[in-house]
Amino acid sequence: MNQQAICELAELAAAVPDGAKLAVAQDNCGVSMAATRELVRRGVRGLHLVCVPVSGLQAEILVGAGAVATLETSAITLGEFGPAHRFIDALRKKRIRILDSTCPAVHAALQAGQKGLPFIPLRGLIGSDVLANRKDWKVIDNPFSPGDPIALLPAINPDIALFHAPLADRSGNVYIGRRRELLTMAHAAKQTFVTVEAISEQDLFDDPKMAPGAVPAIYINRIAIAKQGAWPVGLPEHYGCDDAALSRYVNSAKTEDGFRRFLDEWLGEAAVTV
Amino acid sequence: MSIPYSRTELLVAVIARLLEGCRHVTVGASSPIPGAAALLQKDLSGGAMRVTILGSNRYNAYTNGGVETFDMAAQGRIDAFFLGGGQIDGQGNINLVGTGSYPESEVRWPGSFGSAYVYYLVPKVILFREEHTRRVLVPKVDFISSPGVSAPGVYRPGGPYGLLTGLAWFSFDKQKRHFRLETVHPGHTVEEIRDQTGFEFDCPAQVPLTPAPEPEILALIRGRIRKQIAETYPRFASTFAN
Repeated sequence: MNQQAICELAELAAAVPDGAKLAVAQDNCGVSMAATRELVRRGVRGLHLVCVPVSGLQAEILVGAGAVATLETSAITLGEFGPAHRFIDALRKKRIRILDSTCPAVHAALQAGQKGLPFIPLRGLIGSDVLANRKDWKVIDNPFSPGDPIALLPAINPDIALFHAPLADRSGNVYIGRRRELLTMAHAAKQTFVTVEAISEQDLFDDPKMAPGAVPAIYINRIAIAKQGAWPVGLPEHYGCDDAALSRYVNSAKTEDGFRRFLDEWLGEAAVTV
Repeated sequence: MSIPYSRTELLVAVIARLLEGCRHVTVGASSPIPGAAALLQKDLSGGAMRVTILGSNRYNAYTNGGVETFDMAAQGRIDAFFLGGGQIDGQGNINLVGTGSYPESEVRWPGSFGSAYVYYLVPKVILFREEHTRRVLVPKVDFISSPGVSAPGVYRPGGPYGLLTGLAWFSFDKQKRHFRLETVHPGHTVEEIRDQTGFEFDCPAQVPLTPAPEPEILALIRGRIRKQIAETYPRFASTFAN
């Protein structure tokens, strides 16, 4: 039983320490914007943010709010809504350390982490400036077939994995469906924090249709209810992204002052209005 | 007799032709034109060609998370993929990171995504960038997100097949490490291509025009394909013919 995992959103955010290596999901997997807001509200600092394998508004806001020391990602994009102004500005002003990656490298390093391995080899990469700028990555000769150079990446074991999911149950199991990278994140991370749309009274493992799409409670440390908790990002199969809110954000975040005004308004809202 | 068509429709038809014979094509995020083209070729193949569109629910049968695309690429299960770039150079190197010095960058783009992997592994990577200017097509990229060619001995079953822009189609010669101008889109000239391209390329004495989409292809694009792509790209589908 993992009943004690269920907590208030503010408690969940308070349990993310300054300096944590925090892994977050990409937009089509379930982004906990509700927890992000609480993290910014509590003034978290010095995060090593690992985007699995890319991020959008979540990383952009955390960077803009000064919460991030190191950003490890394959991309930061707000898609058609426009540039991630705060991310770009932070790079220019050297406020963050960037570890530019490539999507399969983030996935593979987490897979090494879930297996308890120190590192994992990965194809590609050789001859790219992505590899040239990653002093933490190495190239070795394939020990089984000499004359075949291959890159090695150290495992990623996040302190905390954080995402938003449609459903949890009272035992602390969390439903993720086919968003399997969330399972890998939970396996690789020391702790997993989740916000959910709802908590079901029925155990997910009592339903054979739900069980294969569940993260077992043994991996889950905190669950907080946050209705529309991905807003203004969408939660696939549940709700889409809020185009108007995202456009407004990109417009506000063009300047530091505009971003501060956005933050004041965002943090001031007692509950998400949709 | 030809029916008027938009540039988008031409590009969709051109890409569909390039995908002929593929068993499985995967289309990455933010790629509405390649997505529509893949669906068109799937339709023309009578459904024999499989299409995966990342970001779609309907055209994505992956069950192992985001990593499955890359695992499939490594296994040789993806025949064609699309990459772009803020900069592309004459050796097929692509830059999705930024201009100027790294990491401060004068202009910073989102990042390399999966390019530093899939470009090495997928046999037919079609470079696609609508903007055809010297700003994009440069002599040498400022940051190599992924190289066009690799040193001997580096595992490299994949790489650039060619480069499609809003003005022309170039093939890529891996031995010569060079693009070759194959066709110029109707309404444009070789002269214009030279003016707008920042790198050297091979150019035959006679460069044919890119064939216009046949009436039945246009009808298909405007009908079924437009409806299918709307699931992933609703705003794009509504501006198809513009």
